[in-house]
Amino acid sequence: MKIHEYQAKELFQKYGVPTPRGKAAFSVDEAKKIAAELGNFPVVVKAQIHAGGRGKGGGVKLAKNAAEVNQYASSILGMTLVTHQTGPEGRLVKKLLVEEGLPIEKELYLSVLPDRGTAKIVFMASEAGGMDIEEVAAKTPEKIIKVYIDPLLGMKGYHANELAFGLNLSGDLAKQFSAMATKLYKLCVETDASLVEINPLILTKDGRVIALDGKINFDDNAMYRHKDIAEYRDLDEEDPAEVEASKYELNYIKMPSGNIGNMVNGAGLAMATMDIIQLAGATPANFLDVGGGASAEQVENGFRIILSDPSVKGVLINIFGGILRCDRLANGVVEAAKKVGIKIPVVIRMEGTNVEEGREILAKSGLNLITAKDISDAAQKIAEIAKR
Amino acid sequence: MSIWVDRNTKLVVQGITGKEGQFHTLTCKAYGTNVVAGVTPGKGGLNVEGIPVFNTVAKAVKETGANAAMVFVPPPFCADAILEDIEAGIPLIVAITEGIPVMDMLKVKNYLKSSKSRLIGPNCPGIITPGQCKIGIQPGHIHSPGPVGIVSRSGTLTYEAVHQIQKYGIGQSTVVGIGGDPVNGTNFIDCLTAFQADPETKAIIMVGEIGGSAEEEAADFIKKNVTKPVVGFIAGLTAPPGRRMGHAGAIISGSSGTAQGKIKAMREAGIAIVENLGHMGDIAKEAFASVIGAKSAKK
Repeated sequence: MKIHEYQAKELFQKYGVPTPRGKAAFSVDEAKKIAAELGNFPVVVKAQIHAGGRGKGGGVKLAKNAAEVNQYASSILGMTLVTHQTGPEGRLVKKLLVEEGLPIEKELYLSVLPDRGTAKIVFMASEAGGMDIEEVAAKTPEKIIKVYIDPLLGMKGYHANELAFGLNLSGDLAKQFSAMATKLYKLCVETDASLVEINPLILTKDGRVIALDGKINFDDNAMYRHKDIAEYRDLDEEDPAEVEASKYELNYIKMPSGNIGNMVNGAGLAMATMDIIQLAGATPANFLDVGGGASAEQVENGFRIILSDPSVKGVLINIFGGILRCDRLANGVVEAAKKVGIKIPVVIRMEGTNVEEGREILAKSGLNLITAKDISDAAQKIAEIAKR
Repeated sequence: MSIWVDRNTKLVVQGITGKEGQFHTLTCKAYGTNVVAGVTPGKGGLNVEGIPVFNTVAKAVKETGANAAMVFVPPPFCADAILEDIEAGIPLIVAITEGIPVMDMLKVKNYLKSSKSRLIGPNCPGIITPGQCKIGIQPGHIHSPGPVGIVSRSGTLTYEAVHQIQKYGIGQSTVVGIGGDPVNGTNFIDCLTAFQADPETKAIIMVGEIGGSAEEEAADFIKKNVTKPVVGFIAGLTAPPGRRMGHAGAIISGSSGTAQGKIKAMREAGIAIVENLGHMGDIAKEAFASVIGAKSAKK
């Protein structure tokens, strides 16, 4: 799960990680009020969307006076912000963060996350702050320090020292930084974060260490034990079809500009089915894993969600019946198809337990269902439909 | 022969009294697996179709001599269940449960390193040595004994691989689903090491997917250590970056974990790559022809 910068900063404050003074605004008037409360100029007006690259896209502005706050808040709220992470369609900005502008001496990079390869918690830090860290890693990997921490032992003083001295900090700045890193470790572990990233982390001209930006992603599997964080979820930032699918516990991801919908059991086979559609010369419109025990209700809702995408010209159903028998599944598909009312061709490839019975049910249904004998046959039939 | 499970495996099932746990325990038993015990705290003394239930794993091991565990415990309590198995000294733990928080698995994984236990999964279909022992949720009847070892991150793709080689009459030595989570117990290299050492395994199929770098590391290992022919497949060529594709571990982060990168590494290691899933059986038959002989490859 992703959250907004202003929400990440709320969590930072809760854990004692210093951030600029500021607040979220949902209207221009609110933005002006917050700026007045801050008391000083400049203030920074920042678009709040779940994507990086906001500054380059024109979503972050420095206001030198009240009139500029008004001007920037008006122009950013309601704009469609396009960044390298939003795709060409961009994101509608509905919220702002208004905070004090700070005198920057130096920009650093700091992140902490669980590392899948080593099964440790890893800190990544760099003096090349404010830049795309992927780019830094690719071009100048020596500028990134990594410190690995055994989760059974937890973070120790020497871990913080390694980071602070690696960043060439000394004296009071090193102390402030180490305290901050220790708090971030605690935050990461306690909230089940999958990424805590501060880019940039700044050293101010008056000798403070502050999280100027903030990004936190969370492990979806752990949200059951963080009801407070789960409330940070912003449905405006998600695709409406995906939100709908999540209500039925369907794993659905919409693909831009696809023309062939698909419904599959199992995540690996679902990905492979998307690949097969592409190899056949069509374009997958979605990822949809109905799981190992797909119920009739799930199949029906899956159909409805796939068909709600007007660019879909055909649907491929690819099922390997294991514990879930093909005859039961075929019945589910037929019932769902009748209820939803399908006007486009549907190709079904079924294999596994009770496949013959399943195929017979489909053949006798009287519906526009095309049976494929294997994966290659299914791909060919789907390709023909896409060409029409 | 086979790896890790066979006729001598004695299984204890954690979560045996739950709906899923009970159903799959009985399917394993029907397949021929020697299920000796179940564990559900508070239900010790009961039995499930003749299988005695104990309150703790330690007690189950003491009473029955169980040497493998299958875990069907819900995600909030699953890491604890695995830790209980490790402390009870169970050599092989198979965790089927999907949805364990990563932070929990980090602790399990690091604790495992100081133990003698092997963990398969979590979020996996299990392990099967056809004709001898099935631990997991796989449809047992699609398998048959034979010379091919299979290792995969995905459940249904494993069944697909089995099905496609079965069409040519090629059976399996052992099939291992290592699971779709970012932090898991047994990895590709562990399985490849065991398959390479197993005299009955003549060839290997490796099924990977996007996310992480386990396939790249496995490719490097194969290049240096595996002399048996390997066929490989990677799912997720069309997956968009930054999205979790069903499995918690199936995500492209920035430029790492892409299918293209994995396929390139595997190709360079001499693995016969299956580009189109529909051709897996054909490619395996051809790549394995020299080692499995005409006898096992019918048709």
